Amino acid sequence: MSETKSGGLMGWIDDRFPATKMWNEHVGQYYAPKNFNFWYYFGSLALLVLVIQILSGIWLTMNYKPSGAEAFESVEYIMRDVQWGWLIRYIHTTGASAFFVVVYLHMFRALLYGSYQKPRELLWIFGCLIYVALMAEAFMGYMLPWGQMSYWGAQVIINLFGAIPVIGPDLAQWVRGDFVISEITLNRFFALHVVGVPLAIIFLVVAHILALHEVGSNNPDGIDIKKNKDENGHPKDGITFHPYYSVKDLVGVAVFLIFFSIVLFFMPDFFGLFIEPPNFEPANPQVTPDHIAPVWYFAPYYAILRAIPDSFGGVVAMGAAIAILFVLPWLDRGKVRSIRYRGLSFKIALMIFAAGFVLLGYLGTQPATELNTLWSRVGTVIYFGYFIFLFVYTAFGMEKTKPVPERVTMK
Amino acid sequence: MNQDGADTSRRRFLTAATTVVGGVGAAFLAVPFISYWRPSAKAMAAGAPVEVDISQLEPGQLINVSWRGNPVWVFRRTEETVENLERLADQLRDPDSEQTQQPEYARNLHRSIKPDVMVLVGLCTHLGCSPLFRPDSRPQGMEREWFGGFFCPCHGSFFDLAGRVYTGVPAPLNLEVPPHYFIDDDTVLIGEEEGAA
Repeated sequence: MSETKSGGLMGWIDDRFPATKMWNEHVGQYYAPKNFNFWYYFGSLALLVLVIQILSGIWLTMNYKPSGAEAFESVEYIMRDVQWGWLIRYIHTTGASAFFVVVYLHMFRALLYGSYQKPRELLWIFGCLIYVALMAEAFMGYMLPWGQMSYWGAQVIINLFGAIPVIGPDLAQWVRGDFVISEITLNRFFALHVVGVPLAIIFLVVAHILALHEVGSNNPDGIDIKKNKDENGHPKDGITFHPYYSVKDLVGVAVFLIFFSIVLFFMPDFFGLFIEPPNFEPANPQVTPDHIAPVWYFAPYYAILRAIPDSFGGVVAMGAAIAILFVLPWLDRGKVRSIRYRGLSFKIALMIFAAGFVLLGYLGTQPATELNTLWSRVGTVIYFGYFIFLFVYTAFGMEKTKPVPERVTMK
Repeated sequence: MNQDGADTSRRRFLTAATTVVGGVGAAFLAVPFISYWRPSAKAMAAGAPVEVDISQLEPGQLINVSWRGNPVWVFRRTEETVENLERLADQLRDPDSEQTQQPEYARNLHRSIKPDVMVLVGLCTHLGCSPLFRPDSRPQGMEREWFGGFFCPCHGSFFDLAGRVYTGVPAPLNLEVPPHYFIDDDTVLIGEEEGAA
């Protein structure tokens, strides 16, 4: 690391603003473990999607009108008449789903390699907050086209607040700003979607990255590379983010953009999953669609909601399903981070959990038949069961772990 | 910094006092920011309860009023039709009003406060079309027991004169009873429960 002051323009700037210092701390001299694998693409991809969403979102705002009478038409105007408007809009809708794809994979990586464990608890919590903010952002964004599913989806979700005893109905009315979902609701969701929540997400992403760079990245072996340093004080198993990972991540970006473009150009509604068919009709408060289903990324939680026969109980279960993520670092008392060296039961439990989550996701998009409700209950038990199992398994010393190597392995 | 001679207890007091005053100010400031989200005067006016004069309402007659943009029916059942309500139980999906489609005070056989005066939101629980009033005549295609009721022309759902849905039709639920109460014998207020502010 060169601490000598350089001359020229950079020297002039560095005397006034810590440009080089910040670059070195977070990019040029940030040492990350050298054994990152496939699962480590999704953090940088999430950042890429955030940029895509902000850019395409600003462009959409230029022609969108958040009024009950004009919202649907203005989206159609963007699709039909605005130069390249269809592309910008489909980038934004595809980006919304892509965001959840990469975030879910990013979170699953943390479960695989114990990236939430000490000392990364705060890093994990910032991540959970980003996830919650992202869900709020997506929910409010889905309302803006003011189509049938925008309206009725919002109706169902806002009515969830109404299920809370005593304060529920007033709370739901406060959120809507009206007795029914109306233009008033649309306007505030627009404000939150384009300004409020994005600011919160950007702030949380900065906090997430600062926390990451403070404690250092975890890796597929789940070992602390800072324990083995060379004579310069750099981790022996570490390589600088730039150029090594910036270049690696570029490959991920290229592959990701290929898949992104395939969806964008050939199947922008992705078989009714990214944009649901009823949303091609304008919102009509008098006519309920035959089947109201949430967008796929909310579906697992919607299935949990419906699995509970009591409506307030369902809301509590849904909230608990998200809240339990926040305390995961304290539920897992295991001393070993990576799945590679953890007990067999952990491996099996995590696979069942992942399968249960996918099952819930499927069921959340399907009509609530008796059989589906039964399966939703099975999925709900699996979801919560994983966390209970993990606590019991690790807190009472039942886990038989394998020896963890001293240095990272390259497999 | 040289802290010699600093009176730390006085400094602590000033810090605490500033925090409290600032905190109270912030709490007061939160009121307009939170209240801003409540229904505006315009929204309140548009959703205000509706007073309906039923002194001229004859048995068998229905009047249609608008409340929060939805049709609301107020009609007076004849004694005979009230009695007939009991005879339909086996034809109905939810004869005892177990689904929360009505306020507690209207959860009875006739789904109303007074047995003769019925108040209903006039929207089919299937896809929200407005059903037609058929107090006597049997609607076309109706081959079940029929003592008058409502028929939804969109997808053929039938309801009895208490808004209860027949089995085997697309509509899943009974028609909704809005919150309402009688100000006096001749006036019903739709959109508010008795005793509400």
